[in-house]
Amino acid sequence: MRQLCKGNVAVIKGAILAGCRAYYGYPITPASEIAESAALMLPQVGGTFLQAESEVAAINMVYGASAAGVRVMSGSSGPGLSLMQEGISYLAGAELPCVIVDVMRGGPGLGNIAPEQGDYFAMVKGGGHGNYRNIVVAPASVQEMAELTMLAFELADKYRNPAVVLCDGFVAQMVEAVELEDREAVAPDKPWAVKGTAATRKNLITSIYLESDELEAHQRHMEAKYARAQREEPRHELYQARDADVLLVGYGIVSRVLRSAVEKARQEGLRAGLFRPITLWPFPEKALVAAAARAKKVLVVELSNGQMLEDVRLALDGRVTVEFYSRVGGNVPTTEEVHARFATRAQAAA
Amino acid sequence: MSEESRVAVAEIGAAQDDFELLHAKSPVFYPVYERKSDLKQQTHYCPGCGHGIVHKLVAEAIEELSLQDRTVLVSPVGCAVFAYYYFDVGNVQVAHGRAPAASTGIARACPGRVVISYQGDGDLAAIGTAEIVHAANRGEKICVIFVNNAIYGMTGGQMAPTTLVGQTSTTTPWGRRPANEGYPIRMCELLATLEAPVYIERVALCDNRNIMKARRAIRKALEIQRDGGGFAFVEILSPCPTIWGLDAVAARNWVAEKMVPVFPLNVFRDRKPEPLPDGGPEPRSLAEVLEIEARAAGDSSKIRRASHSFETLTVKVAGSGGQGALLLGQLLAEMGLREGLEVSWLPSYGPEMRSGSAHCHVCLSKERIGSPLISHPDVLIAMNEISLRKFAPQVAPHGLILYNREKLPEDFAAPEARLVCIPASEIADKLGSTKAANMVLLGALLEETGSLGADTALRVIEEKVKKIELLNTNREALEAGRQFVDKEVWTGAETQPDGFAG
Ligand SMILES: Cc1ncc(C[n+]2csc(CCOP(=O)(O)OP(=O)(O)O)c2C)c(N)n1
Ligand code: SF4
Repeated sequence: MRQLCKGNVAVIKGAILAGCRAYYGYPITPASEIAESAALMLPQVGGTFLQAESEVAAINMVYGASAAGVRVMSGSSGPGLSLMQEGISYLAGAELPCVIVDVMRGGPGLGNIAPEQGDYFAMVKGGGHGNYRNIVVAPASVQEMAELTMLAFELADKYRNPAVVLCDGFVAQMVEAVELEDREAVAPDKPWAVKGTAATRKNLITSIYLESDELEAHQRHMEAKYARAQREEPRHELYQARDADVLLVGYGIVSRVLRSAVEKARQEGLRAGLFRPITLWPFPEKALVAAAARAKKVLVVELSNGQMLEDVRLALDGRVTVEFYSRVGGNVPTTEEVHARFATRAQAAA
Repeated sequence: MSEESRVAVAEIGAAQDDFELLHAKSPVFYPVYERKSDLKQQTHYCPGCGHGIVHKLVAEAIEELSLQDRTVLVSPVGCAVFAYYYFDVGNVQVAHGRAPAASTGIARACPGRVVISYQGDGDLAAIGTAEIVHAANRGEKICVIFVNNAIYGMTGGQMAPTTLVGQTSTTTPWGRRPANEGYPIRMCELLATLEAPVYIERVALCDNRNIMKARRAIRKALEIQRDGGGFAFVEILSPCPTIWGLDAVAARNWVAEKMVPVFPLNVFRDRKPEPLPDGGPEPRSLAEVLEIEARAAGDSSKIRRASHSFETLTVKVAGSGGQGALLLGQLLAEMGLREGLEVSWLPSYGPEMRSGSAHCHVCLSKERIGSPLISHPDVLIAMNEISLRKFAPQVAPHGLILYNREKLPEDFAAPEARLVCIPASEIADKLGSTKAANMVLLGALLEETGSLGADTALRVIEEKVKKIELLNTNREALEAGRQFVDKEVWTGAETQPDGFAG
C-alpha cells in the first residue's frame, strides 16, 4: 500500500487519519502545500478548511475549534509561527489540544525559504509568554510527516496541550514512499469542551486565573502533566550507536545526512553512530545519556546557531566532549562535509 | 427562581408600552456568581457601567428565545473578560481582539449553535480590526455585541480607536488630536461596505427609549442565529462613568450629547439571511481522498524486478523551468517505488525556481535512504547548458551525464564521467511536443543504464498521462530516446579525450 507523497501532503493525510477535520492557516513557503492539501482533502471528508486573514487569526480559529472539541490544526513557517505565539500561549494556558506544523525556513526576519532549524528555541523552549511547554515531534522522513502528525494529535489530546510538528523545508518538500492504512484514529471523549449544548453548558474554557493562588495551582497542575510527559513520551532512534566512538546527534533532515555519514564512516572501519531525537520536547535525555555512555565524543549537527545543542549539553552534563557543527542560511551539510568533521579527527586521534 | 437571585433593576424604570419589563434576574445568569472570588452576589462592573445593561439585555434575549442550551459566549480581554462569571451558557474566554476568529472556529465546529462575540472598542476596533473585518466579510454565523465606550476601561482609561476628538485619556493628555491620533473609527459604517453581513445596527444606552431599541437589536441579532445564522453586528454606545469621571446620569447624557453626534444611530444593514453561494465537493471515502488504494502499487500493477544492478542509484535532473526536470525526477521515483525500491525525490524550491532553473535529486536504493541530498550523483541529466556547467563537476567519476544537446559546448572541460549527448528537445520537437524532451532523456537513461525497466516507465506514464495524444507522444518520445542510445550514441569520453567537442 505504498504511495509516493510529498512531506507537506503527508502531514494532511496523517492528520485526516488522526481524525482531524478542521484546518485554519495562512500560506507561506515552504509550508503552503500543507494548507493546499487541507483545502483539497478536508472538504471531501466532511471537514473544514479556511484560509485565515493572518496567522494570528488562524491560531485563534484553532483555539475556538479546539474549545469546541474537534481535532484541529494549523501549519506555517517561522514568520507565521512568530505571529502564532500569543495564541499558542493561550492554547497551553487554557489546556486546549491542537497540532501546529512548523516547516522551518531560514531566519531571522524574512530570512529565506530554504531549510533551517532556527525555530528550535521558539517551539521547544516556549516562545510565547508564560510558563508552558509545547510537545514537539521532529519527523525525518515523509512517512514520519504522516505518522508523527498522527502521534502529535494523540499526545495533544492526552495532555490537553498544543503539539508541534517541527520539520524543515527539505523534509516538507521531499517526496518519498509512504504507507498509510485506511484506518481512522478515534479521538478521546472531551467532556470539557464547549459545544453550545445542554450537556456542555456549564463548561468554561479560559486561561485567566485572577487570584495568585489559583494561578499557581493551575500552573502546578500543568507542571504535573509535563512531568508525566517527560516520563512517558520521549522518543528517539539509534543507528549503529551501540559501539560508537563518535556519536552523532541530529534531528530532521540533518539526521538523514548523519545516517549517511555513519554509513560512510563504518565502511572505513570507523565506529560512528547516530542518536536521533524524535521528540524534541520532552527531550530524550536518558536515552541520550545511555547512548553516549561509551562514546569518546558527541558531535551535534544542526541547521542553527546551536539550539538543540544546549539540550544535548544539559543532558550529558559534561560526561563526554560535545562538539558542534552547524550550517545555516539554508545550507545543508553534505554527507562528506559532516564525515570530514569527525573522521579526520578521530583518525588523527587513533 | 430563588428569592435571593431576584434583584431590582434600576436601569429600566419607565414603562414601555410594547415591552414586558422584567424586574427579576434572568435565569440565563447564574443565581450566585461562584466563579468570582468574592462578592458573589454582584457583578464586577462599576455602577452605571454600560456592560451591566448590555449583559442584562443579552441574557434576557437568550432567555426569551430559549437559546440557553445552544449558546456559546466568547469573551475577549476588556472589562467584560469575566462575562463567564455571570452567563450560565457555554463560555470561552479568548485573547485580546481575537474573539471573531475564535468564534469562527467555534461556529464552524458547532453548526446550528449560537455564538456570541462580546467585544469592547479597543478589542474590536484596534487590536482586533483584522479579525472583525474578515469575520464580517466571510459572513460568519455569529452575533457580535460591540460595546463602544470610547475608552479603554480595563487598563485604566487609555485612548480607544473610538475616543472622540478632543477627549482626554491617559494616553491623550491634551485630548485626542487628529493630527496625531486620527479620527474616531466608525465600525458600523466600515462593515456596511461589505457584502456578507446581514444585520448591522448602532444603538445607544443613553435613555430608556434607546435602551429598548438596544434590546430589540440584540434580540434580532440572536434571532438571526437561531434561524440559521448570518453575520449580525450590534454596536452599543455605552457609558463608562468611572473612566469618564462622571456619575451614572451624567455619563448617559454624555453618550447622547457627545457620542451620538459622532456615531449616528442607524440600521446600516438589515437583510434576510440567505445561504451564501457554495459549490463544495461531493463527499468521498477516506481511502479515495488519501489515495490509499488508488495510487497503491497493487499486486496486479506491481512490477518487481528480480534484481537491480545497483545498491543505490542517485540521479540529479536539472534544467530550466518548464522543461519537466522535476517531473522526470518524480517519474524515476515512481518507477523505483513500483520496482520495490526505497525512493526519495528532493526538489530545488523557491527563488531558485523563480530564477528559471529547476533541479531535483532522486535516490533509488535497496536500503533505507540516508541523506536525500546528493553531493555526487551517479547520473546527471542536464537539460540545458547552465545545468551541465553547474553540476557536471559533481558527478561521480564512474557516473554518467546525459546532456540535452547534439554536442558539448566548445569550451567545456569534460569530467571523468561518461558523457552522452542527445538532442532530446529536437527529437521531441519532431514528435510534436518539445515538452516531451524529458521522456526522450528518460528513454535514453533506461537504455544506457538498464537501471529500471522500460515496461515500468510505460506503466507509470500510462497512469499519469490521461490525454491520449499526449500519452502517445510520451510513449514515442520514450522509445525515441532508447533508439537514439541504441544506434547513435556519441560519447564525449571515447571520441574526444581532450574533452572538447569537434
Ligand atoms: C495583547 C494584549 N495587549 C494588551 C492587553 C491589555 N488590555 C487589556 S483590555 C485592554 C483594552 C480594553 O478596552 P476595550 O476593548 O475598549 O474594553 P473595555 O475594557 O473598555 O470594556 C487592553 C489594552 C492585553 N490583554 N493583551
Ligand atoms: S471601567 Fe468603565 S467599562 Fe469598565 S466596568 Fe467600570 S464603567 Fe464599566
